[in-house]
Amino acid sequence: MNILSLAWKNLTNRPLSMLLTLVLFALGVGLTSLLLLLNKQLTDKFEKNLAGVDIVVGAKGSPLQLILANMYHIDAPTGNISLQSAKPFLNPRHPLIKKSVPLSLGDSYKTYRIVGTLHDFLGLYNAEIAEGVLWNAPLETNIGATVAERTGLKIGTKFNSNHGLDENGGEHEEAAFKVVGILKPTGTVIDQLILTATQSIWAVHEHAQAELEGENAEHHAEIPPSVNPPNSTDLDDRTALLQADSTHQITSLLLQFKMRNVQTLNFQRNLNQNTDMQAATPALEINRLYEMMGVGEKALRALALLIIVVSGLSIFIALFNSLKERKYELALMRVMGAGRSRLFLLIVCEGILLSIMGFCIGIALSHGSMQVLAKYMSDAYRYSFSGWMWLTEEWYLLVGAVIIGFLAAVIPAWSAYRQDISRTLSK
Amino acid sequence: MLETRQLQFSYDSKSNLQFPDLTCAKGEQWLLLGQSGSGKTTLLHLLGGLLSPQKGNIKINDTDISILRGSALDHFRGQNIGIIFQTAHFVRALTVEENLLLAQQLAGNKQDKVLVHNFLQKLNLSHKLKSKPDELSVGEAQRVNVARALINNPSVILADEPTSALDDHNAEEVIQLLESQAKEANATLLIVTHDGRLKNYFKNQIQL
Repeated sequence: MNILSLAWKNLTNRPLSMLLTLVLFALGVGLTSLLLLLNKQLTDKFEKNLAGVDIVVGAKGSPLQLILANMYHIDAPTGNISLQSAKPFLNPRHPLIKKSVPLSLGDSYKTYRIVGTLHDFLGLYNAEIAEGVLWNAPLETNIGATVAERTGLKIGTKFNSNHGLDENGGEHEEAAFKVVGILKPTGTVIDQLILTATQSIWAVHEHAQAELEGENAEHHAEIPPSVNPPNSTDLDDRTALLQADSTHQITSLLLQFKMRNVQTLNFQRNLNQNTDMQAATPALEINRLYEMMGVGEKALRALALLIIVVSGLSIFIALFNSLKERKYELALMRVMGAGRSRLFLLIVCEGILLSIMGFCIGIALSHGSMQVLAKYMSDAYRYSFSGWMWLTEEWYLLVGAVIIGFLAAVIPAWSAYRQDISRTLSK
Repeated sequence: MLETRQLQFSYDSKSNLQFPDLTCAKGEQWLLLGQSGSGKTTLLHLLGGLLSPQKGNIKINDTDISILRGSALDHFRGQNIGIIFQTAHFVRALTVEENLLLAQQLAGNKQDKVLVHNFLQKLNLSHKLKSKPDELSVGEAQRVNVARALINNPSVILADEPTSALDDHNAEEVIQLLESQAKEANATLLIVTHDGRLKNYFKNQIQL
């Protein structure tokens, strides 16, 4: 019968009052912790996927949309640009550009996007082949780790793409893609992508286009003659792209500058003013997005804080009320030899015990619901979320919870300390 | 033993209570009689160290408790004095057994389940071991109350109207229990009461 088990028994002797307090406290802590988890994982996601890209060049439209579509693959592309206008930036001898990677979007397989690009794309995300080889011919693909896991695609499997970025688009039946490599998991968006040569996208689309126009009614996977296959003449894929027919289109270019200076600023401004393309800075657009979401997050955080304060108040009221009923038994404990400080400690123990239990339930709630949310969010955000990550902030939350439990208990504990036992017992 | 000299206490400046000197030797049993308002309960609280006197001193086993303060007083009370109040109150969240174990612990003694069980058996309360205080009858509650006051073998037992809330049967049972247990432990027993039924049991009586 030590002080802790006595405190515990005193609490469980009034289960309803304890339940109310716990529910309130757990809600406050749970909401705060869930917000921390979400915020942390979303921020991580956006930052991990920045991939050192300085600007994204694409068709005119919303710059945020351009970033979301081409960097994070969660929005529709703004449109296409002609290879003709993109070629200067693809040239490895461009004075300002360290690295440029073209993207061609528009097709998908079971909602996983097929991206036509160069091998350099892998370097942006430090991705490596886990199994198989890099794509080397049209319609050969490398798939991300998550794609492999979720779709069951294996090396050698052939599949038809869907036109469009969701499952509702018509299927391209004529040209089957083939998996030749699977990438190691990177924790970035590349895990959720299917990569292939830019020429593959052209092949699929120009074939479809031709079919639509009735010029070619034959149903077989034939590469239209206008597409010159990568590496057909032992050129690397970049050179092959540079030599391709300029009438082709791509969706965007991801650019890394050699350094950021006035020239690159001018480059960006010039591109925005004098061409039918736009250049957007990922870091800038993502910060804009944070600012937009930040208001809502702040409001939720304030709400969570309010709930915690109210639950602290409810601990205070619960203890204070119980003290009225327990006046006599506390006096009795003094009669039996307990000093004032022991009564003080007992009440403080009850308060802190309540807050720690509330904290534990709240944390379990938030991680549990994060785990549930993670399933839905991984699909929506093209990024793996998890409920089983623990943040340093949660330790602060624990410290805060203990402090609130203590503060809520301190006044009732003090009144137990000050109690005049003779007066109480003679009533 | 229990000894008081020139004890005075006042709740406010108007009234001043003066008590006759008491000398109760070890093992003696005394009855303190008096009407309501005569200061019986005040005297008992003074003797039990729940109140401190303005004047005079109280000696229990050669310790002057009128100069003890704070937790030293609480500790001395837990070790040496068992107090029984008119109505039995317990820590409601605990069972009868746990209440007695708590009494042992608060007095600074070892928590001894065997002792508790034997004690309750002696008082015919073994079947109430795991009961909550709310589940006891008035008579049972008062017997457990006695058990709690005696569990630590105090040298002085103080009882404040221990029978006034009980019917004749229960009153007799409780008073016999008090008498026999005090005798067995060779403890000084002092009962404060205005209950006439008790006059026949004790030959040492003081009228306030």
